[in-house]
Amino acid sequence: MQTAEQARASASIPAAAQRYLAASSLDGGAIVASEERLARFLAGLPGVDQVGCEARAAMLATRSVKTTSKLRAIDLAISMIDLTTLEGADTDGKVKNLCAKARRPEPADDTVPAVAAVCVYPDLVTMARRALADSTVAVASVATAFPSGRASLAVKLADVADAVAAGADEVDMVIDRGAFLQGRYGRVAEEIVAVKETCGGAHLKVILETGELSTYDNVRRAAWLAMLAGADFVKTSTGKVSPASTVPVALVLLEAVRDYEAVSGRAVGVKVAGGIRTTKDAIRYLVAVNETVGARWLTSDLFRIGASSLLNDLLLQRRKQLTGAYAGADDVSVE
Amino acid sequence: MSEPRLEVKKTYKLFIAGAFPRSESGRSYVVESHDGRFLANVAWASRKDVREAVVAARAALSKWSAATAYNRGQVLYRVAELLEDRRDQFVAAVRDAEGATQRSASAQVAASIDLWVWYAGWTDKVAQVAGSSNPVAGPYFNFSVPEPTGVVGIVAPTDSSLLGLVAVVAPVVATANTVIVVADERRPLPAVTLTEVLATSDVPGGVVNLLTGPVDELAPVLAAHRDVDGLDLAGAPGEAAGALEAAGATNIKRVARPAPVGFDWSKDPGTSRLLRFVETKTVWHPIGI
Amino acid sequence: MTDTTEPRAAPEAIEYAPAPESRAVARLQSSYGLFIDGAFREPIDGTVFKTVSPSSEEVLAEVVQAGPRDVDAAVTAARAAFDGPWGSMPGRQRAKYLFRIARLIQERSRELAVVETLDNGKPIRESRDVDIPLAAAHFFYYAGWADKLEHAGFGARPKPLGVAAQVIPWNFPLLMAAWKLAPALATGNTCVLKPAETTPLSALVLADILQQAELPDGVVNVLTGDGSTGASLVAHDDVDKVAFTGSTDVGRRIAEMVAGTSKRLTLELGGKAANIVFADAALDQAVEGIVNGIFFNQGHVCCAGSRLLVEESVASTVVDMLKRRLATLRLGDPMDKNTDIGAINSAEQLGRIVALADAGVDEGAERWSPACVLPEKGWWFPPTVFTDVSPSHRIAREEIFGPVLSVLTFRTPDEAVEKANNTTYGLSAGVWTEKGSRILAMAERLRAGVVWANTFNRFDPASPFGGFKESGFGREGGRHGLEAYLDV
Repeated sequence: MQTAEQARASASIPAAAQRYLAASSLDGGAIVASEERLARFLAGLPGVDQVGCEARAAMLATRSVKTTSKLRAIDLAISMIDLTTLEGADTDGKVKNLCAKARRPEPADDTVPAVAAVCVYPDLVTMARRALADSTVAVASVATAFPSGRASLAVKLADVADAVAAGADEVDMVIDRGAFLQGRYGRVAEEIVAVKETCGGAHLKVILETGELSTYDNVRRAAWLAMLAGADFVKTSTGKVSPASTVPVALVLLEAVRDYEAVSGRAVGVKVAGGIRTTKDAIRYLVAVNETVGARWLTSDLFRIGASSLLNDLLLQRRKQLTGAYAGADDVSVE
Repeated sequence: MSEPRLEVKKTYKLFIAGAFPRSESGRSYVVESHDGRFLANVAWASRKDVREAVVAARAALSKWSAATAYNRGQVLYRVAELLEDRRDQFVAAVRDAEGATQRSASAQVAASIDLWVWYAGWTDKVAQVAGSSNPVAGPYFNFSVPEPTGVVGIVAPTDSSLLGLVAVVAPVVATANTVIVVADERRPLPAVTLTEVLATSDVPGGVVNLLTGPVDELAPVLAAHRDVDGLDLAGAPGEAAGALEAAGATNIKRVARPAPVGFDWSKDPGTSRLLRFVETKTVWHPIGI
Repeated sequence: MTDTTEPRAAPEAIEYAPAPESRAVARLQSSYGLFIDGAFREPIDGTVFKTVSPSSEEVLAEVVQAGPRDVDAAVTAARAAFDGPWGSMPGRQRAKYLFRIARLIQERSRELAVVETLDNGKPIRESRDVDIPLAAAHFFYYAGWADKLEHAGFGARPKPLGVAAQVIPWNFPLLMAAWKLAPALATGNTCVLKPAETTPLSALVLADILQQAELPDGVVNVLTGDGSTGASLVAHDDVDKVAFTGSTDVGRRIAEMVAGTSKRLTLELGGKAANIVFADAALDQAVEGIVNGIFFNQGHVCCAGSRLLVEESVASTVVDMLKRRLATLRLGDPMDKNTDIGAINSAEQLGRIVALADAGVDEGAERWSPACVLPEKGWWFPPTVFTDVSPSHRIAREEIFGPVLSVLTFRTPDEAVEKANNTTYGLSAGVWTEKGSRILAMAERLRAGVVWANTFNRFDPASPFGGFKESGFGREGGRHGLEAYLDV
């Protein structure tokens, strides 16, 4: 039984879909168990008008976040970063350096928060785990044949098991976009369910690779599919496909988690990743969170920013806010 | 030798909603020829007849404006066909009314027929000439189309009993308006005869309604009527036109001012009357995927 | 994830610190004269009044209440310019003046935005992002027409009318001046512009811009003042054209004044637009459209979507979404870049809004506003939504011209059309549905001059704007907008 509050907040879910969710006990299990039902449910979600959605994002981009608000936003953004390195050339040394930065982004100033997590390939989880021992920083690993996801389920699950065994707290999986675009929603959902199971206690972020989904309607459907299948986070991109994350895509995801919580009672997080390099970019996302889902999502438990170079820009901007003078690129360390 | 045949005279009535009622007031007035012969007792329409005519015009509007432009063109062309068939009758009527020569009356009737043809051809072109797609600075498809103003009251010209009438009525119905016409008070018979053509053509009842009677009594009622959207004062006497226009302000009527005295109704009409009672509607829609 | 034993403070919203635009860029003078025959002049028989900021009630400047002799001087100057340099100037030359004006508006856009916001009370975000850029765009658009009129479909040698008397409202002061002046000048007319009593300043800055553009003397004259100035202008015998934007009541009086003369008239009057939301709409964007439709510019918009017509099956859903969204609107200092809802333009207007909102309550509608603190000084009204509104209620029929939305419901598309058209106005309408064929059917059947489908309150110089029925006649914008100033 929903509370009145939930009913009120469940706003944008069509009545038919709401009944459907209620009948499925909201665990998503019953829905994802039947491909046909899942397809019908996803088709019943309201559309997203591209122009309207982008106009809203553009309006939010005009918000002026200055002085004390800016400082708060910068610290919040730092605390939400999944500091990421996903290169073929990654080494233990690179990961070690990154972990040091993650724990204390600004060694000279201990008011700077640690980042939320370090995100690496599965074979580097052991190194990251060691480097982050005794810290609040989590270890996240991409998995499931990242970034394309083009492997058998068995290989994907082995990839996940490997990362979890090595000590990953969080797993960033990719969905099978090919299957999604083919309309084989059941297959996409099954994989998520299986990965979630393999994750055990590790939190599961589901990368939708929105740049390949092409439409906001698809983004909304993919987000719902992932949530119904058990995702702890829905995530925009691998960072390997262009366009990567955009504010309008984030808006669609934020609306989805808002509406999903209203009907299920479960708060799913959102991670934006790919192409977020400047403080200005990061603040735009925080403004979108602030005005779409509100304060409750303004925590690293429910909002993450996957990035690498962003952290240094945030640190430079932070110095500017505190000292009034612009900092130079060499004032912060390069990992 | 047999007696000369006694002619059967026609009763000239109003034309409302496709029917030919007498005035609800029961009144009539005498219409004489240009040289003073008695021609007919013509219905003297009342305020209530104006009201009925407006109701009829309003009722006919939605169907007439929803008809395809192609269909309206066919209907108007059919009027020309029927007029052509009755040319002689109209030539005689115009001669009686105006004292015109046979040659002049023939020319006027021919021009009247040709005007219907001209406007019949316009129905499915006016949107292409008066409409547009508009290149707005944003991701929107934006287009404008002309739509009928609605119910239009017309005071018919007083210097051209048939051609002048057609010149003001045809363009307004071509753009899918419906009309209430107050006929030339002194020379209404060609107008009434024209309604008999309209009644037997494919023009739906109520699209054209014709009232005969004193203009100074009928026009103010039309001008002040809140369910009339437009007012063509083509034949309104100059001194009364200002007051009629002012009365039209009650519901922001679109007003066409009187035609100049001695206006040549046979000259190329251009598009100004055609576009006089249209409203431009502009539609926006996002372009997105 | 993080150590769960560590207590964590509940997350807090990001409060935006004040981000006020600088008012110094406005460069306001303490007093302004009348702009007649190319120069700012002392009044002949006019008096002086003060223009105040609606958000603080402070006096911004003293301006002139032009008298009948001032009106005569302005019309005389306009006539001389029409008979003189402007009337005989080739179109390509007029075009260049208009291009110059467009550029000068762009160059001085920040100043104009601040002046507009100070004098009108609208949020700086709107004057900066909407009013001023659109005003410049309007001049730019019509500049290009000035030497192409023979291709505009109004005959081989379309002629201007002469002297245009242009009376504009206070809701978009500079933008309305641009809507009036640009097509009039492009077609070769000369103008006497009368800005609204409560918002004279941006028109006076525009006059300064016209001087910088070296527009010949008398081509545009600006007379500040109240309705009596407007009345003398409209009544002046040597005016050939009257263009008015404002309330339907005043429009009616102007139509009566102009009746029986040879003056041409165009009117852009009030509205009570229906914004129709079908159950299959993209609801998140529809809600944005509803908000933009009625709360843009504090609802001081003739084409505002003041009647929300929502399909019954999603009515409570949409109203709940709307309320949630309204809670994020930021009302306050219009000069703050983050303000969404500014001040009501005048005490008089606030009085009208309050009276109609009270009538809504009296008639049994349910009133709701988000929690919001109204500033102590100035004139303010919170965003307000009425539900349980019946079509017969005054708030469903009368133009409120404020941030007040009346929510009605419908069951079928036919009922939606019938209710939407059941008004004496016909300026605009909105339709929200993901079904293309339904959009076109609705657009065809709605009796309104502008139909926004899956969007609302969009404006563009290339897009004709104007009403059906008692919302006025004539179009502004696009090729159609030329007709109002040509002898056709």
